[in-house]
Amino acid sequence: MTNEENLSKSTFELLKKTTSELPSDVTKVIKETKARENDGSTAQYAMDIIQKNLDLASRNQRPICQDTGTVLIYVDHPVGFSQKKFTQIAEKEIVKATQAGFLRQNSVDPITGQNKGMNIGPGHPAIHFHEHDKDTVTIKMMLKGGGCENVGAQYALPYTTLNAGRDLSGVRKVILEAVLKAQGKGCSPGVLGVCIGGDRGSSFMESKNQFLRRLDDVNGHKELRDLEEDILESANKLGVGPMGFSGNTTLLGCKIGMLNRLPASYYVSISYMCWAYRRQGVELAKDNTISKWIY
Amino acid sequence: MKRLNYPFTNEAVRELKVGDQVLISGTIYTGRDAVHKYLHDKNECPVDLKNQIIYHCGPVIVKNEETGKYKVMAAGPTTSAREEPYQWEVMRDHGIVGVIGKGGMGQKTLDGCQKYGCVYLHAVGGAAQVLAENIDEVKNVYLEELGAPEAIWELEVTDFPVVVTMDSHGNSLHAEVLDSSRNIFEELIKDK
Repeated sequence: MTNEENLSKSTFELLKKTTSELPSDVTKVIKETKARENDGSTAQYAMDIIQKNLDLASRNQRPICQDTGTVLIYVDHPVGFSQKKFTQIAEKEIVKATQAGFLRQNSVDPITGQNKGMNIGPGHPAIHFHEHDKDTVTIKMMLKGGGCENVGAQYALPYTTLNAGRDLSGVRKVILEAVLKAQGKGCSPGVLGVCIGGDRGSSFMESKNQFLRRLDDVNGHKELRDLEEDILESANKLGVGPMGFSGNTTLLGCKIGMLNRLPASYYVSISYMCWAYRRQGVELAKDNTISKWIY
Repeated sequence: MKRLNYPFTNEAVRELKVGDQVLISGTIYTGRDAVHKYLHDKNECPVDLKNQIIYHCGPVIVKNEETGKYKVMAAGPTTSAREEPYQWEVMRDHGIVGVIGKGGMGQKTLDGCQKYGCVYLHAVGGAAQVLAENIDEVKNVYLEELGAPEAIWELEVTDFPVVVTMDSHGNSLHAEVLDSSRNIFEELIKDK
């Protein structure tokens, strides 16, 4: 096979695995969550079904959730890599994956309401390229559904409703309010990706970049690390629980990053990822075959 | 574990209470955003929804071009809150007795459940494979022009697992959890 054919094949494999299998750092935390819920509770019933669902999806290579979401692709590549060519290949493989039922027909024209059924259109897929110094190509992929996307929030501090000022205590208040408002609607227990600072656009973008981190990684920034732990512990005290059924686990994790802000702006952007946290990634060999699964 | 078997009735759903785990068997119809808007705009419904259950779901469905048969690849619930403005009308005008979805609904729907004898059944969001496994057959499709996720799919299910989170007696687990979590939130954000 040519390098181009290999790139197509690797992209398709990545799509197939992302839709049907959660990364091991996430499945580990889901198992722990199940054990933490009280015996016989509705929360435990929900976690049982979630666990069974993960097993079935992975065994049968079927979508974990019918909302296969926005296809988010992050490519790190060396000089000389053609972004245009990759975009064409990715679109072609997405069409194939849609026809095969690995992805739902999920891209709708907001003006006409038309769904052409192939998942290709303005803004979709969302591909982010980054040129790096290494000579390898890595492709990371996430599928983020609409239910959890809808409970995301962006705050501009100060936020007087909660007496939340332009400091980490204010940031903490608005993050917790976002979790409260989400209740079970984002398919809890979920994961938060948060960005403090930036402009409205870059801030939301960075909040999603946080989902590329493994759940068990450690934030190198001391203040942010402490805040991540505080949010996780506090949010789980809220008692919203799996699916909003009430219970001991409302969040599986919280990841926080930062961007510089303008003197006049102080944004806190919160993206919510459902428990069906579909994230996979590959490193490619010279001939574009998959040399390594990242997560 | 309780059972709700086809044909469904007002009397049967009146028996159900918040917290009941229920297995549904029989025919159910998917209907989400576009269908609810369609009914709200007084368009004629292509199926008789009297005593039926509506499932807020936009499934992944593949058509076998040779046999013409549809196969459900994934079919979990979608967020119900978006249908809050319309749901009570569908109860009043079409006589549905059950709504399956996720995330719960608001006061209008809760009042509708009480008045018209309907119940809100919460499926586990994201559990598209467990739920698809309990779908035996796609019996028909209506309003397919709305796009596969938005069409009305007539599904035959066996032991479809749900939890009652809003009953026909004015109780809502969602309202309870919102209240209690809001109280805890107030404590958590108090300035020290």
